[in-house]
Amino acid sequence: MLDPERAEHKLVIEGLRKAFGPLPVLDGVDFDVAPGEFVALVGPSGCGKSTLFDVVAGLEPPDAGRVLVDGADATGRVDPFAYMPQRDLLFPWRTVLDNTTLGLEVAGMPRKAARARAGELFEPFGLAGFERARPAELSGGMRQRAALLRTVVQDRAVLLLDEPFGALDALTRIDMQLWLEGVRAGFGWTVLLITHDIREAVFLADRVLVLGPRPTSVRHEVVVDLPRPRGVAMITQPRFAELEARVLEQVSRGRADAPEPARDSEH
Amino acid sequence: MKAVAGRLRRLVPALVLVAVGLLGWQWYVTASGVRPQVLPSPLRVLTEGWAFRAQIWANTLPTLQVTAVGFAVSLAVGWAIAVAVDFSPWLRRALTPLLVASQTLPIIAIAPLLIIWFGFGLLPKVVVIALVTFFPIAVGLIEGFARTDRQATNLLRSMGASRWEQFRYVRLPGAMPSFFTALRIGITYAVTGAIFAEYVGASAGLGIFMNLQKNSFRTDLVLAAVLVTALISITLYGLTFLVQRLVAPWSRRA
Ligand SMILES: Nc1ncnc2c1ncn2[C@@H]1O[C@H](COP(=O)(O)OP(=O)(O)OP(=O)(O)O)[C@@H](O)[C@H]1O
Ligand SMILES: [Mg+2]
Repeated sequence: MLDPERAEHKLVIEGLRKAFGPLPVLDGVDFDVAPGEFVALVGPSGCGKSTLFDVVAGLEPPDAGRVLVDGADATGRVDPFAYMPQRDLLFPWRTVLDNTTLGLEVAGMPRKAARARAGELFEPFGLAGFERARPAELSGGMRQRAALLRTVVQDRAVLLLDEPFGALDALTRIDMQLWLEGVRAGFGWTVLLITHDIREAVFLADRVLVLGPRPTSVRHEVVVDLPRPRGVAMITQPRFAELEARVLEQVSRGRADAPEPARDSEH
Repeated sequence: MKAVAGRLRRLVPALVLVAVGLLGWQWYVTASGVRPQVLPSPLRVLTEGWAFRAQIWANTLPTLQVTAVGFAVSLAVGWAIAVAVDFSPWLRRALTPLLVASQTLPIIAIAPLLIIWFGFGLLPKVVVIALVTFFPIAVGLIEGFARTDRQATNLLRSMGASRWEQFRYVRLPGAMPSFFTALRIGITYAVTGAIFAEYVGASAGLGIFMNLQKNSFRTDLVLAAVLVTALISITLYGLTFLVQRLVAPWSRRA
């Protein structure tokens, strides 16, 4: 999996280790992401997925390892990453529009320009007409879209999405997955997505990385060679089921704590 | 209009309880023939209070003034301490024991000393009010700031926000609900604190009025002044909701 042309990777994660006191959480995490690639991370609950994002996003210092963006060392830097935490964290004291401009305001953009820039995305994000609403007036799906809008409008190199649809009901979640697959194509984002939902991982990603239990590392990788754009019909195809089964198998093997980590990238 | 009517309707149980209490009191006084110097009837409190309204009003104004100045000082001190503590872990460790210690001061013993030190002017009363009210405000704010969600802090940090920006965009607005709760506790203590400070030493005010009337066995007038005090407290308490609605309308409970 090591590639000689590192600079061609948008993001390279190299041997990341992290412990909280005596508790080791990351145990040498390695992977890379190509420009415009969508990589999903799945792994057992509590294995350290959010911690991995915190370290990559420069919010927690790693004990060892590096983060490279466009070939340059970006360990501990926050500016190449736009981070969407596990909860939507829309602030009740701001309108929906002003929630989405928060990152731009912090970056020093004048309020008016920030509003204009975020406002352009309200239509594709299905939020048109809710600019002046309060977050409490939005449905669960709309809240997640607003949080995602706040993330992408910052125009950072890599998007880190931590279970963006985890709190939604099943139907809304499917809507959101279809919607994300639709908008993503037009924007060319480079995305890292944490999810518990294997079907979601296979449906959205170019590649699924399976993490082992804590202390975690990348146990396995499944390349999703399904054509894009993907629609609902894709889910019923044999190839989709096959890939889903393979990810599931690797996740369960990780959970059983196999002594011999599977590193057979058969693709 | 409907909202106001709804709110008034919610007051009905409290009003019923007060009315029952007053009726019982009035009945007991009439039936037992207790002397008014010991226990005046509520009706007597009202009529005598009304008869002395000019004098009561003249003493209410200084009390209001002292309360306002004292509470303003208390707010300023409470905010300054809370913000300082929020920004500096060192100050947090240094000030927390002092804050708690300040609440163990027996105000009853301190107040006469304050008069010796600062005279009969505004200052000793302002100090007493500030002493009894800054603590809930400072603690409410400190806890409000500290309750900020870790993920929210991380979100702001990921946007590149400085500590000051984190404070301004998240910690400060997030602390508003607990600030207003603390404000309500503080403001009810403020009026009582003012009365107490005047009781100890003042040239005018409801506290001194009560003291004088007590000494001349006008229990009815003492209670009339108590009633005025209660009305002031209730009004100030209600005002906090108005201020909250103006400053942080999103923070009101549903
Ligand atoms: N700041 C911290 N200090 C101490 N321990 C922490 C800290 N952050 C996370 N942990 C611990 O690290 C472990 C991994 O947590 P993390 O949130 O990264 O897991 P996760 O895979 O994201 O879990 P989930 O699937 O529930 O979202 C947990 O045991 C957690 O208690
Ligand atoms: Mg997590």
